[in-house]
Amino acid sequence: MAHALATTPVRSRKDRRNDALFQYLLAGAAILVLIALTGAALSMLWGGREALLSQGWTFFFSTEWNPVENRYGALVPIYGTLVTALLALLLAVPVSFGIAFFLTEVAPVWLRGPIGTAVELLAGIPSIIYGMWGLFVLVPMMTEYVTPWLNDTLGSLPVIGVMFQGPPLGIGYLTAGFVLAIMVIPFICSIMREVFLTVPNRLKESAYALGCTRWEVVKDIVLPYTRTAVVGGIFLGLGRALGETMAVAFVIGNTVRFSPSLLEPGTTIAALIANDFAEATDTYRSALLLLGFVLFIVTFFVLAIARLMLSRIARKEGN
Amino acid sequence: MAVSGSARPQRQAATTQFAERLYRRRRLSNAIALTLSCAAAAFGLIFLFWILWTTVSKGIGGISWALFTQPTPPPMAEGGGLGNAFFGSMVMCVLAIVIGTPLGIAAGTWLSEYAGARKLGTVVRFVNDILLSAPSIVLGLFVYTLVVAQMGGSFSALAGALALAFIVLPVVVRTTDEMLRLVPTQMREAALSLGVPQWKVITQVLYRGASAGIVTGVLLALARISGETAPLLFTAFGNQYWSTDLMRPMASVPVVMYQYAGSPYESWQLLAWSGALVLTTFVLLISLAARALLLRNRVPND
Repeated sequence: MAHALATTPVRSRKDRRNDALFQYLLAGAAILVLIALTGAALSMLWGGREALLSQGWTFFFSTEWNPVENRYGALVPIYGTLVTALLALLLAVPVSFGIAFFLTEVAPVWLRGPIGTAVELLAGIPSIIYGMWGLFVLVPMMTEYVTPWLNDTLGSLPVIGVMFQGPPLGIGYLTAGFVLAIMVIPFICSIMREVFLTVPNRLKESAYALGCTRWEVVKDIVLPYTRTAVVGGIFLGLGRALGETMAVAFVIGNTVRFSPSLLEPGTTIAALIANDFAEATDTYRSALLLLGFVLFIVTFFVLAIARLMLSRIARKEGN
Repeated sequence: MAVSGSARPQRQAATTQFAERLYRRRRLSNAIALTLSCAAAAFGLIFLFWILWTTVSKGIGGISWALFTQPTPPPMAEGGGLGNAFFGSMVMCVLAIVIGTPLGIAAGTWLSEYAGARKLGTVVRFVNDILLSAPSIVLGLFVYTLVVAQMGGSFSALAGALALAFIVLPVVVRTTDEMLRLVPTQMREAALSLGVPQWKVITQVLYRGASAGIVTGVLLALARISGETAPLLFTAFGNQYWSTDLMRPMASVPVVMYQYAGSPYESWQLLAWSGALVLTTFVLLISLAARALLLRNRVPND
């Protein structure tokens, strides 16, 4: 008995020390997550300082990208990144919404599980496979059918016509945007489906009881209830599309030259880095690192907005 | 009262007609919306099967024993395989999991067990979510400046594994955090009331309760990194030959696929598609296994 009393404080002291040690260990790992993100940003800015100092602000506004003469203007890759991502969203958002609508209201219950799984598997396929599919299947189709057709129809329109005129190369902004769209559809769709499922059943059932059609329930009940989260999901998809590398690198054409046509080859930030970084020398490498920093900042804000919007519906849910 | 006897039925008829039109318009817009949504679902599924079909039909011809044993061939040469690339991918993925998993589990545990309502917890969770969907090429550049540039610009398999580990980390953090929070509070309280110190409660009670979920997270992370190409391009680079040296460049399947698919040589393209087929099969099997694991262990909480 006396022995037990004597050992208790020792043991509890040991426990306390171990507990504290354990907690510090875990907190250290959590801090590492913070360090990883800030480190990634700062290291690229540090690596890109040389280019930033020598080019100044013209880096962001000039279209001249000339590694031979050490002149770097990043407007073309920045433009390409934005255009391909927006093209992707233009196609992906309505289709994702359609699939999410299908999976939550339209499809018979037994079909929802398998199709939902299939769509999520599509999200798991490595992006390089999309790129190869784009290069071997989509590019020939664009060359053969889509580009000539676009040239003949939309290409002859007055203002927007210039966007759809170009040689039948098959590669270019439009192809890259299409491949990106196929890639981000599963992401956007699975988020939309998830948030659609958070709508309380009694709201939907009340609407059905009043005689609403399925479309009216989605349009007037589900969408208003989930609006912020849906936009958050779209932004998450946009973040994906902006930073996607391999799927784009295969089909964009990798030409740093400005062109208003969507059918001309171009480049994006990620594709340019992937293509040139390993062979680049000092200043060029620094310019590419600075480009990486720009990409990081843009995606950071897009993803931050997405997360803030998505967290709002989580709060509504009560968790 | 002003309505005369003859106007009433007339107005009634107008109202019915109006209601009829409204009803028809609502039915029509509903039918259009339903059709479009079915079309969207069909569109998504068609592309899934199209991509899978392309991978299978173009890659199946190259599947042979030599694919896994022979090293990558020079252009125009007959034979050869992706042996060194498979080996390199395996080494780097395993190493990335080994580095990323413990750190991820530790950070996830801190988030769910210690962070509580602390501001730092909210910030870490937010930053982790961003890291989860940050472009992988950015992480490659980070590891490049952190490791490769510091070592005099020499690419190494270790740097590649580190870049992949940064992709594993947020996935594991997120799932660990979520899965630990699903463990009922009663289990924590029961263990603590027995006088068990907190760290033992976590390692011996909570981890057991959440093990299936955490393993799922690791599997999903593995599925994700096995197809990652962009961060490896300037960390592990690539290697034509067999290499087991972690401090030297090492081949990996996605990087070889990237080189070979863009080349004009048919033998290389075939190898690229065979690699794609093996990779896709692997990734799909792992994702399915992860889902099955999660579904089997799902706690019905409502």
